[in-house]
Amino acid sequence: MEQDWILGLIGGLIIGLAGAVFLLGNGRVMGASGIIGGLVDGSGRANAAERIAFIAALIAVPAVLMLLFAPDKSTHVTGNWLVLVAAGLCVGIGTRIANGCTSGHGVCGISRLSLRGIVATVFYILAGGLSIVLFRHGLRVI
Amino acid sequence: MRILLALLSGGLFGAGLFISGMTDTTKVQGWLDVFGQWDPTLAFVMGGAMIPMAIAWRLTIGRRPVVGGEFPKAPRADIDNRLVIGSVLFGVGWGLAGLCPGPSLASLSYGGWGGFVFLAAMLIGMGLAPTITARLDRTPAAA
Repeated sequence: MEQDWILGLIGGLIIGLAGAVFLLGNGRVMGASGIIGGLVDGSGRANAAERIAFIAALIAVPAVLMLLFAPDKSTHVTGNWLVLVAAGLCVGIGTRIANGCTSGHGVCGISRLSLRGIVATVFYILAGGLSIVLFRHGLRVI
Repeated sequence: MRILLALLSGGLFGAGLFISGMTDTTKVQGWLDVFGQWDPTLAFVMGGAMIPMAIAWRLTIGRRPVVGGEFPKAPRADIDNRLVIGSVLFGVGWGLAGLCPGPSLASLSYGGWGGFVFLAAMLIGMGLAPTITARLDRTPAAA
């Protein structure tokens, strides 16, 4: 739908603004997997407070927007717990091994023409496409 | 100040993900599904996010962060096993559920039980990653 890409572009600009604030303000790359993962494995203990603040706002603001404007908002995520667990493990392990996800390697990396960011993004998009081909069109589990 | 800026950044990130539709797993999977009903939205989100970010990276030149300290060092240019293997693994999971780390948190309030299950598995995976990384680092580069 036409409205979808306009909202996508506006939302994208706001996401970029979020990354700009984190970079110019705190001097850090806004990577969701790094901010979360640093709390999980303890590597980010030194600046745990700002990580927790970031995550709290990341959860709270969409919650408020949902209550105010879109109470029927849904992620349409699968109800298959096996798929959810497998996917969660892959995303958790993969992003930490590769040191980044869609926000860190994708948004923040590509925008500074980081070779690693570009290579990572090419690989996770290709793998994501193949995953859909295999699990949706092949095995029909999603 | 660091905390306030982190709150602002996280809040904007959440609002952007909410508005863009990127917490809807069908839109993410729809973008990856080039052989199905292809949904171009994700490309507009990525493209839109690049604009302020590219400007921000230019503004770092010759300046310091608001809170002091240093900006991140120039990006590494080496492509190692970790980057490729990790990104492929991430992509497989991303395609399977249509969720990546940012949206999995942003949608926690309306993602139902499925969102919590995904998040729990992702956090366990993040906890396991250092052990797996140590093993990968011991493997010769040619492997």
